[in-house]
Amino acid sequence: MRITREPIYADEPRGVLDAVRRHVVSYLARVGRCVRLAAEALAYAPYVLAHRDSRRTMIAQLYVTGIRTLPVITVVGVFTGMIMGLQVGLALRRFSQEAYLGATVMLTLVREMGPFVTGICLSACVGSAMAAELGTMTVNDEVAALEIMHIPPVRYLVAPRLAALVAMSPLLAFYACVLGVMGGGLVGYTQLNVDFSQYMASAMSMATVKDVYVGLFKATVFGLVIGAVSCHEGFKSTLGAVGVGRATQRSVIVSFLLILTLGYVITRLFYLDFLP
Amino acid sequence: MIEFENVVKRFGRKEVLSGVSFTVAKGEVVALLGPSGTGKSVLLKHVVGLLAPTSGSVTVAPDAHVGYLFQGGALLAWLTVWENVALPLRETTDLSEAEIARRVDDALAAVELTESADKYPAEISGGMVKRAGLARAVVCQADVVLYDEPTSGLDPVTSATIHRLIKRLNATRGITSVVVTHDVLGALSFADRILMLKDGRVLADAKPADFVKSVVPEVREFIASAKGEDL
Ligand SMILES: Nc1ncnc2c1ncn2[C@@H]1O[C@H](COP(=O)(O)OP(=O)(O)OP(=O)(O)O)[C@@H](O)[C@H]1O
Ligand SMILES: [Mg+2]
Repeated sequence: MRITREPIYADEPRGVLDAVRRHVVSYLARVGRCVRLAAEALAYAPYVLAHRDSRRTMIAQLYVTGIRTLPVITVVGVFTGMIMGLQVGLALRRFSQEAYLGATVMLTLVREMGPFVTGICLSACVGSAMAAELGTMTVNDEVAALEIMHIPPVRYLVAPRLAALVAMSPLLAFYACVLGVMGGGLVGYTQLNVDFSQYMASAMSMATVKDVYVGLFKATVFGLVIGAVSCHEGFKSTLGAVGVGRATQRSVIVSFLLILTLGYVITRLFYLDFLP
Repeated sequence: MIEFENVVKRFGRKEVLSGVSFTVAKGEVVALLGPSGTGKSVLLKHVVGLLAPTSGSVTVAPDAHVGYLFQGGALLAWLTVWENVALPLRETTDLSEAEIARRVDDALAAVELTESADKYPAEISGGMVKRAGLARAVVCQADVVLYDEPTSGLDPVTSATIHRLIKRLNATRGITSVVVTHDVLGALSFADRILMLKDGRVLADAKPADFVKSVVPEVREFIASAKGEDL
């Protein structure tokens, strides 16, 4: 896939309808290119694993994605659990159902909030940096230089980054869930008089293997989306530093929107039968 | 080797090239002169297909392996100078590490960067970045090398070294070269032919001996001002 592209100069749209049509077309084209970028990068996965230099890049990216984000994800995970513990606990207490605190916190975290907050953190911490890095490379002609040297940027730059995100995202989501459940339990024990062992028993009794699978699947999809969107936006940078700033911003916004909407879509697919 | 036929290039409403035609023969060293912002870099980018002409045609010999020295060097920031030069060999060939090391060392020696081989691009001067970019452009045994201002920002001694290097690569390996430069006197010394571009048109296309005798006012002015600065 050719990365270095010329800016497209279109003449003024003729009226509102034409403008809307163009926005829709360019949005679809953008989605199409993102999907294609992700597909091509995934196809290079065996190459990345087999070649020393790409493997090294991937290991560096695994470190950036998985280790350097740990402090943020730790705090976010614990507090997400604590907030949920408190809100849910207060609601349950009105009906004297605090015994279900563990189950509620666990299910929401595993199915939804764990992958969601992990995705948000990864987009903000890792995706934005990726877009800025690739954007700077693009405006400095480095990506063009790679293409002239017949080194596919998708293979050299995108594949190791995407692989790292896809591998780390579910692991981090799992980690966030564990911490979140602990945080919820802590709030339950200290603020709501819920016995911790009872909390844990309730939590473990409700979560099914399917919940864990769906949660991890969701996190994997989010990792893929963040990687593809961030790399794609980075490559589209033009106009020097301003363009790189814009690309970084766009990468985060688009990732957020996709994480939200896809999160809903995946839940809908797995947890609600299609016919009423 | 390279043929431009009536190439017009517009960015939106802005016309940068307005009907450029010339050819570069195999083994030739062509200098491309012209004031800043006339589209010299744009012209070079057409040769490697980074830009496509709005109209007209650009033909490059199909079997030609083209190297490109970007105006800013375009080195990768996280690799050392040595690794940057080794990059195309490592990523696109199956050469052994020993062979790669030999070629990279040779290329770096040719541009006198052996001492800085282990530095990162951010740690060396702009001129050294240029020379590293040059080493990377030629390490893959290119048939054609496009140099975008290889000597701007370099001291006169290093510039002369680069010019000799371009000449030597041409003589020993027969590398066809297109060199964008602001150094008129340098161009007169190393080029087989000089092209001058202004306002999107080729104003002069001549051998150095004829170029200095050109009667085109803009060309005369360009040469005069160059001499005024350099002498
Ligand atoms: N991708 C682009 N989009 C829009 N305009 C461009 C693009 N690339 C170049 N231009 C315009 O084309 C003109 C020529 O640019 P170019 O970089 O080729 O100049 P140059 O002759 O190389 O100048 P210099 O000697 O300063 O390097 C400039 O006015 C520039 O604004
Ligand atoms: Mg230029």
